[in-house]
Amino acid sequence: MLGLSDEELTAVRLSLVVAGWATAGSLPVAVLVALVLGRCRFPGVGLLNGLVLLPLILPPVVTGYLLLLLFGRRGAIGTFLAEYLGIVFAFRWTGAALAAGVMGFPLMVRAIRLSVEAVDRRLEAAAGTLGASPVWVFLTVTLPLMLPGIVAGAILCFAKAMGEFGATITFVSSIPGETQTLPSAIYALTQVPGGDAGALRLTLVSVAIALLALLASEWLARRAGRRIGLQ
Amino acid sequence: MSARQPVPPSATARLSVAVRHRLGAFRLDAGFSAESGITALFGRSGSGKTSLVNVIAGLIRPDEGRIDIDGRILVDTAAGIFVPPHRRRIGYVFQDARLFPHLAVRNNLLYGRWFAGAAGRRDDFDRVVEMLGIGHLLDRRPSLLSGGERQRVAIGRALLSVPRVLLMDEPLASLDPGRKAEILPYIERLRDEAGVPIVYVSHAIDEVARLAGTVVLLAGGQVLAAGAPERVLGRVDLEPLSGTDEAGAVLDARVLREDDGFGLAELETRAGRVFVPASGLTAGRSVRLRIRARDVMLAADRPQGISALNILAGQVASVGAAHGAAVDVQVDCGGALLVARITRRSAAQMNLAAGTPVFAVVKSVSFAS
Repeated sequence: MLGLSDEELTAVRLSLVVAGWATAGSLPVAVLVALVLGRCRFPGVGLLNGLVLLPLILPPVVTGYLLLLLFGRRGAIGTFLAEYLGIVFAFRWTGAALAAGVMGFPLMVRAIRLSVEAVDRRLEAAAGTLGASPVWVFLTVTLPLMLPGIVAGAILCFAKAMGEFGATITFVSSIPGETQTLPSAIYALTQVPGGDAGALRLTLVSVAIALLALLASEWLARRAGRRIGLQ
Repeated sequence: MSARQPVPPSATARLSVAVRHRLGAFRLDAGFSAESGITALFGRSGSGKTSLVNVIAGLIRPDEGRIDIDGRILVDTAAGIFVPPHRRRIGYVFQDARLFPHLAVRNNLLYGRWFAGAAGRRDDFDRVVEMLGIGHLLDRRPSLLSGGERQRVAIGRALLSVPRVLLMDEPLASLDPGRKAEILPYIERLRDEAGVPIVYVSHAIDEVARLAGTVVLLAGGQVLAAGAPERVLGRVDLEPLSGTDEAGAVLDARVLREDDGFGLAELETRAGRVFVPASGLTAGRSVRLRIRARDVMLAADRPQGISALNILAGQVASVGAAHGAAVDVQVDCGGALLVARITRRSAAQMNLAAGTPVFAVVKSVSFAS
């Protein structure tokens, strides 16, 4: 297919799986954090905001190393998860998804937070007078009105996850078939003699995926915007 | 559960409110009760009307007080009771409609009904849609509706949540006169057919005079007067309190004759017989008249050889406070209170005081309904 070798195809497939899980895993947490940041006023809110934005500002290698310290085999959280839940991140594709998710998280939260702040709270009050409990108000009014921001945030996170390199390679290395995603495969190919053709093929695949994601996001955002009457 | 049954028009559904609340420097300290029909909360902006309905709806938690509907307590701060808004079954029509932009008109209408557990009552839906004339809008998005259409859908949505009380916060304030005229008949139908007590907030005296069975006059967060519109709206101190320059009297009348041969209808009021241009009035019909203070002159003796037809005998009930060169004089004509705006000079020359017999010469009469 497209003249890709099995190894290259594996890297493409792995990248899609990793980015997909990174996005799906971040989404519920990002909605929750965006709601807290957009609506709640408490002393620690600035600190939380800074913590969320940290991966955006830190060098990716630093983020990757922090993940290794925390979620590695001997890391505080990594030991606990491995022992009690049987979840291992170190040098597994799950670790690549975690690294990609952490790197995409701030972008997602920012996009969703904007949509949270744009929701008209008077509509929520109106829903309350019509008999909807707070949970129903959230599900039937707040969430649908946040949808454009959620879609935009998810696509941004997915794109970031597809391209994530530094944190991933630091945290889980570049093991073909397990943790070698598109960027690390391209990097590996550029480091060996005669790898140029393979690197170019994967680069074209990357460009195609990025363009598709962009078009999809435009289309989804327009659809969601129409749904909530933004014309 | 009885709440799921439509309230029959004869039910003496009642709302009673007595609350105290501080909002910054503003103090709300008000109470009233409402029966079936329309109770108008009337007053200038900032008088606390909207705060009071927000307290009833549960959007504001009062510092102190008690609210009950049909004997069910919604708020009793002394007993620590506060029923949250979604369990109150109070329909609220907001000034800005607040339709859900992501739902079509049909689903906006069905929203409250679903939570009221009345989703199976198809006939109810059709009746409300027909009453408000919104059948052709059901599949549209709210963003494509005109202001008047939006407000009608908002009324329908509140009504279909099977409320015990309907709150309407200046539902016509954001509409131009044409749209207002389009909606007023629907609100009258609502009053006459739906059988739900309506609390209607307004600072427009025309609307209040036309719709209300009871008027509650609010100023500075307090109730200054409550009662029949002809009593409350005829007060000479109404202008400074309500911010309206439309001081005047409201008079209930019955049509005696449709046409006297000159194109005028003859009406019977407590103040006496009144002639007005006949326009589609049928004999026996009840109408409400509005007589503006500036359209009434006073005379010490019954004027002779004058073109004005409506001359009502009475006596001065009270002389209001002067504003500028003018003063409002309240005249009791057979129990009905008219208001005349005359100059202070005339009032002094005529020696007007409570009890002085006078004749009120009415230059023009308008219909409130």
